[in-house]
Amino acid sequence: MISGALLQAIAFYAFSAILIGSAFAVITARNPVHSVFFLILAFFNAAGLFVLLGAEFLAMILVIVYVGAVAVLFLFVVMMLDVDFAELKRGAQEYFLVGAGVGVVLLGELIAATYLWKFSPAASATLGAPTPTHISNTEAIGRILYTDYVYYFQIAGLVLLVAMIGAIVLTLRRRPGVRRQNIGQQNARTMADAMTVVDVKPGQGA
Amino acid sequence: MALIHAWTWVFKHWFGIDLPYAWGWTLGQVTVLGILEFLMLLLVAAVILLDRKIWAAVQLRRGPNVVGPFGLLQTIADAFKFLLKEVVVPAGANKVIFFLAPLVTATLAFAGWAVVPLDNGWVAADINVGILYLFAVSSLGVYGIIMAGWASNSKYPFLSALRAAAQMVSYEVSIGFVIITVLLFAGSLNLSNIVRAQETSSVFAFAGWNMFSILFPMLPIFFVSALAETNRPPFDLVEAESELVAGFFVEYSATPFLLFFLGEYISVLLMCAMTSILFLGGWLPPLNVAPFTLIPGVIWLGLKMLFVFFLFAMVKAMVPRYRYDQLMRLGWKVFLPTSLLWVVVTAGYVLVFRHHA
Repeated sequence: MISGALLQAIAFYAFSAILIGSAFAVITARNPVHSVFFLILAFFNAAGLFVLLGAEFLAMILVIVYVGAVAVLFLFVVMMLDVDFAELKRGAQEYFLVGAGVGVVLLGELIAATYLWKFSPAASATLGAPTPTHISNTEAIGRILYTDYVYYFQIAGLVLLVAMIGAIVLTLRRRPGVRRQNIGQQNARTMADAMTVVDVKPGQGA
Repeated sequence: MALIHAWTWVFKHWFGIDLPYAWGWTLGQVTVLGILEFLMLLLVAAVILLDRKIWAAVQLRRGPNVVGPFGLLQTIADAFKFLLKEVVVPAGANKVIFFLAPLVTATLAFAGWAVVPLDNGWVAADINVGILYLFAVSSLGVYGIIMAGWASNSKYPFLSALRAAAQMVSYEVSIGFVIITVLLFAGSLNLSNIVRAQETSSVFAFAGWNMFSILFPMLPIFFVSALAETNRPPFDLVEAESELVAGFFVEYSATPFLLFFLGEYISVLLMCAMTSILFLGGWLPPLNVAPFTLIPGVIWLGLKMLFVFFLFAMVKAMVPRYRYDQLMRLGWKVFLPTSLLWVVVTAGYVLVFRHHA
């Protein structure tokens, strides 16, 4: 007989399988636009996994921030770029060894982190309840983020602000001679500024 | 609840199977959503006709008046026309994404309705982060347009897709901040609780609505951003006829086009429902006296949605289309600072007047 736990397991394996499959497709797809679409699919399935864990707030934020904003900009840039795919492939083969090396190092670090990491007893005691039952998920995150980790939170915000200002400074250019619309000026125009009545005598007009 | 029992009973007595609770729940939800989406389709048919009638009335025309009495069946005739026409696919199009785009648009538009509370307790999925879910679904709507524009492999749809991406991302920001002010004020992310927070015991129940609180400047900002988010006039640069022929759906015909059309109107209705829930008190009656309180909440929500939709239709009929730079200026230089400031003001208000610690 099919029980609720099995339903959850089916959902988990479906999300995980599609997540891994689409993540693989991101790097193997020939067309970069397809890669971005697979990336979006991967984000969605990660959000699904968050929901299964009971972390619905994180799931929604993941969808809003990464799928709703970041991936749109990725897609925007990738669609507009005139990429020569053959050139790109040749470049990829050239850097294959370096890339593979970085990949192996990362994989090793991930394995090391998974197997060698030891939680302190105090930390693992709190791990038991990712979602406290008496308050909502959002409230639980807020209580930790804005109390214990408020400085880290502020610093993260500051880093993003610096990056934002940096991007604006790098791309801002003032071209001389551009006529922009100044709505305030347009609205402040009166009849006296805009027109003059010229009284032309009969027979003297140019 | 009743549906879960009904499904359990059906399986037990008809098929002799003991249905586990999780499966009963799943079938119950599917039933609820099926009924809801069917009603949505009927509502959309009515609303499209209403839109055209209002548009015609502003221009002193009669509007659709041939099919059925007063043209009431016009939308249904149109729907069958689209269903029975031939689907034309451009030779250079990316086939998979070309057909995925209208599906994405329609699916996302329907998906949002799962969390909308039609009345006290009348909600398919009463989730804790309902408003974030709605925001996520409405912000994903841009993908249908981008995919359609790119997959068509044609100049006008592509330009339209680029416009759509920039426009919808820009206006999402101000919608996000407006939502933050509302949820700060209500103290919850659950849509039902946001409506309950607007409930008052006095006779003048409308005084409790967010529209008549410190949040009042956020209502016009939300309304205008909703127009831009759903690509309604005056922000329909994505499908500007004078510049881009028809924008992202130039290459679409028959059923895929119908899905775009449907998705667009369902997301407009979703925005109407969101405006009603966030600012106009959702299912709550305007006055707490006898004839008003006897009318069921779902009818009040419907009336409020119709009112907001009337405003959408009037704006379409009356306001000329924005220029692209004006659109960007309004979004980034006017709405973003105002809504950001109002997040601070609302937070201060809540801190000073609600928490007397």
